Amino acid sequence: MSDIADRVKKIVVEHLSVEEDKVTESASFIDDLGADSLDTVELVMAFEEEFGIEIPDDAAETIQTFGDAVKFISEAQ
Amino acid sequence: MFDLTGKNALITGASGGIGGEIAKALHGAGATVGLSGTRTEPLEALAAELGERAHVLPCNLSDADAVNALPKQAAEAMGSVDILVNNAGITRDNLFMRMSEDEWNSVLEVNLTSTFRLCKGVLRSMMKSRWGRIVNISSVVGATGNPGQGNYAAAKAGMIGMSKSLAYEVASRGITVNAVAPGFIETAMTDKLNDDQKGAILGQIPAGRMGTPAEIAASVLFLASAEAGYMTGATLHVNGGMAML
Repeated sequence: MSDIADRVKKIVVEHLSVEEDKVTESASFIDDLGADSLDTVELVMAFEEEFGIEIPDDAAETIQTFGDAVKFISEAQ
Repeated sequence: MFDLTGKNALITGASGGIGGEIAKALHGAGATVGLSGTRTEPLEALAAELGERAHVLPCNLSDADAVNALPKQAAEAMGSVDILVNNAGITRDNLFMRMSEDEWNSVLEVNLTSTFRLCKGVLRSMMKSRWGRIVNISSVVGATGNPGQGNYAAAKAGMIGMSKSLAYEVASRGITVNAVAPGFIETAMTDKLNDDQKGAILGQIPAGRMGTPAEIAASVLFLASAEAGYMTGATLHVNGGMAML
């Protein structure tokens, strides 16, 4: 697994208090990992800080799954 | 009684009567204060009076870019914004049938839209620190209406609905959002009223007098305190009994 995926997973596990093996490529933050809409906003904030990038609101809305997040951040870097 | 040591508070309209007293009350409880307003001179005078832990942050609330930049400037000056008091307000009274779009828009822009922008601007750091206090200064006329103040009443009622909605969203993050609705308070804004108008107003106030800015500041101090942590989405009506809501 890439370094980016590891770092994203760490944030997700910590923030949503979920088991690491639940955080799969297609795991939806809201449907599978128990996040509410405000959690997803906070996750995006945490990603922005961890990776020093800016994720605009319209892009943030497209980040629904762990895989989406890794893909977006990989492309943004 | 309430200890705000280590907390940083941004207060808009701090050059005015109520805003100045709010700043003094929060500062007196140990907070560092960021004094915002359009006129630099009174802000600097207030900062000089307060001494340490006071920062002057001029901002024209009808300038969207300036408003959006203010939370960042405040955080740079103070380290963070833990408490936001949206106190600034303007009036441009006119009979509804005579009210221009400009009179409507400017009052909504300064009183309501700038409150939205500032709330949005401080939320990120409050969410991260799992603590925050937002106090929006509304008005009794937001609840009761007032002839000649269709724009002002709309903006002040809007602040209450906005505060409640935001309170819902962020309550689980330790952030409270409340409103204070002053009645008639002795300030430059009410000084403009003539004696007949004042007499008519006093007749409607069971307490038989106007309120003082310090009495509004005391409510804000309470809502900003750790002790008020379970109070959110509320509106404190401070009006001498003029409207018992």
